Amino acid sequence: MNHPATSPRATGSPARLLPGDRVARPGTLAGHLARHGTRPDCAGGGRRREELIGEVERAGLAGRGGAAFPTAAKLRTLAAARPRPVVIANGVEGEPASDKDKMLLAVAPHLVLDGAVGAAELTGAGQVVIVAHHAVVPIVSRAAAERRRAGQDSVPVRVMTAAGSFIAGEASAVVNWVERGLATPTGRPPRLGGPGRRPALVQNVETLAHLALILRHGATWFTSAGTPDEPGSMLVTLLGAVRRPGVYEIGIGTPVSGLIELAGGTTAPLSALLIGGYFGTWAEPDAVLPLPFSSAGLAAAGASPGAGVVAALPSTACGLAETARITRYLAGSSAGQCGPCLFGLHAIAGQLDRLAAGTGCDLATVQRWLGDITGRGACRHPDGTALMVASALRVFRAEARLHSRGWCSGTGAAGILPVPGQARS
Amino acid sequence: MTVTSAVAVTGSQGLWFVSRGSGLVLLVLLTAIVVLGAATRAGWAPRRWPRFAVAELHRTLSLFAMALLALHVLTAILDRYVTIGWAATVIPFASPYRRLAIGLGTLAADIGAAVLLTSLLRSRLGYRWWRAVHWLAYLAWPAAFVHALTAGNDLRGGWAAVIGWGSAVVVAVAALPRPGTVRHRSAAPPPAGAQRRVPARQATRR
Amino acid sequence: MTAGLRLRVDPIACDGRGLCAELLPGLITLDDWGFPVPCEQDVPDALRREASAAVTACPRLALHLEPRS
Repeated sequence: MNHPATSPRATGSPARLLPGDRVARPGTLAGHLARHGTRPDCAGGGRRREELIGEVERAGLAGRGGAAFPTAAKLRTLAAARPRPVVIANGVEGEPASDKDKMLLAVAPHLVLDGAVGAAELTGAGQVVIVAHHAVVPIVSRAAAERRRAGQDSVPVRVMTAAGSFIAGEASAVVNWVERGLATPTGRPPRLGGPGRRPALVQNVETLAHLALILRHGATWFTSAGTPDEPGSMLVTLLGAVRRPGVYEIGIGTPVSGLIELAGGTTAPLSALLIGGYFGTWAEPDAVLPLPFSSAGLAAAGASPGAGVVAALPSTACGLAETARITRYLAGSSAGQCGPCLFGLHAIAGQLDRLAAGTGCDLATVQRWLGDITGRGACRHPDGTALMVASALRVFRAEARLHSRGWCSGTGAAGILPVPGQARS
Repeated sequence: MTVTSAVAVTGSQGLWFVSRGSGLVLLVLLTAIVVLGAATRAGWAPRRWPRFAVAELHRTLSLFAMALLALHVLTAILDRYVTIGWAATVIPFASPYRRLAIGLGTLAADIGAAVLLTSLLRSRLGYRWWRAVHWLAYLAWPAAFVHALTAGNDLRGGWAAVIGWGSAVVVAVAALPRPGTVRHRSAAPPPAGAQRRVPARQATRR
Repeated sequence: MTAGLRLRVDPIACDGRGLCAELLPGLITLDDWGFPVPCEQDVPDALRREASAAVTACPRLALHLEPRS
């Protein structure tokens, strides 16, 4: 179990992005500068930029939006792009179960903006656009205004309110939103450049915050947390049957049980955990709790960190009912542009509703549909949903048998996982 | 019997007959083309016909109609009995003879040429531009019909009038918007809640 | 020997009209909802012309025949 590649160097809760208790007025520019110091100037000739991008590469920073694409590679590609790119900070967080991006923007907007402006200097971009969830737009706007008054940034920073849908957080949908006001994906494979006149560097806000710190403190500091293959810290959202649900910062590779402990432990015995978010994977507690929270570690349970969400399902809740609710939500959240996604997800949701209600469900057809929709949309919406549903059918197989006989293990809690537009019981 | 021999036999009357005859045939042909085009768009096909047959027939008849149109225009210009002038073949309302009537015909022909050109270059132009020009076809048919009514006296009565006005009714019915079963008839009905949302401006470029 | 060509469907443009499946029954099948599933393999040389015809026939210009990248 203690493979060198997965054994973490430093577990526990590093306080890098999220401020510790001692910091006063963390959201203000003064508070930010007091804690982190001034942002280093990253503009300059090609050689200086290449040096800094090399530092980011040595740090091994990967995207924190779910896809974990190496950040240095993106920076290098966009730095070579003509005409000058635009930096788009993705703080949309369309996933209802995830809170980390909203939390980060609420308590450390200046760190995110530092990273965005740094990325702009490294790629030669002429503008930064930060697309933020509506709940935190006032805070981010105030921070941007403060910086403008202080003459803090070498490029203009524009704040936009995100569209409110799930799909609005997808990378090409964010670019489409910025350029045309349409929060729909534009085609696969997702490209690093935008479809408009200027290529776009799209980065999750947490990735930019880490970038800001790497540019100040260097690669060696960054890799002092996390694992050798997946260095650094990350933000995770814990919800469900835990004492203190919320956003926590962990070193990558911390065991899942350690995450649960950070959140104060469980409030009830668990029947399953949903790892990664609504495009993630269900897993049995015994299978996943000992595993390190990293791509390599979770692979043993067929899971991956994704958007950093861990939802704990108590045994009093019904996993099939939760899955049916989420799938119905995801079907309704489809952009509706691609037939296989729209029709497939609704058809699957219909069958899952029947499964949850115990009125007879054609599981063989559902399995076939899950294969049919994978890879046939313009984005990963159907793929991600199919993975989640497939894992639910695996993990809750015994529950499905019970349902086919008219029984259900769920005795109390319902609506554990948040679905906008549907009331929680 | 070629055009030249017809002229030789009957004088300039031959050109006039060919022009009128080809005009009437064109009207019927254009009617069929519009009906097939509307059917293609709505996804309708006669029972046992594959959909591509409707689309291909629409395309083939359109190409044939353009050839017949060339004949119709040529014979009308070459006929010395009235002066229409070469300019009026492309510029609407430039004919000294029956300016409005001929002009509408020229308009219809110009639109037809634009539709043909954009259709031949469709893959290069992209879907949006092709479709924008194609919609003008719904303007071309009425222009051609009024041209047929007013450029000559043939549609005033008799069987020609029946054909002409009958075609107008057919086109009017075909052009009515109707909920189409766009998806293939072998497809399952849409599941509950599935509402296809086509965004206003699709990014179909890659 | 020219490079392999494959069929690709633009999922946003495609309306599920099914002309492609009618014209290339061996290479394109329709899923339960009428949307095309092109086969994974390269288009055989013998069917290259038919495949081009299907690309032209698609009313939405959603079908593409392109070299395997």
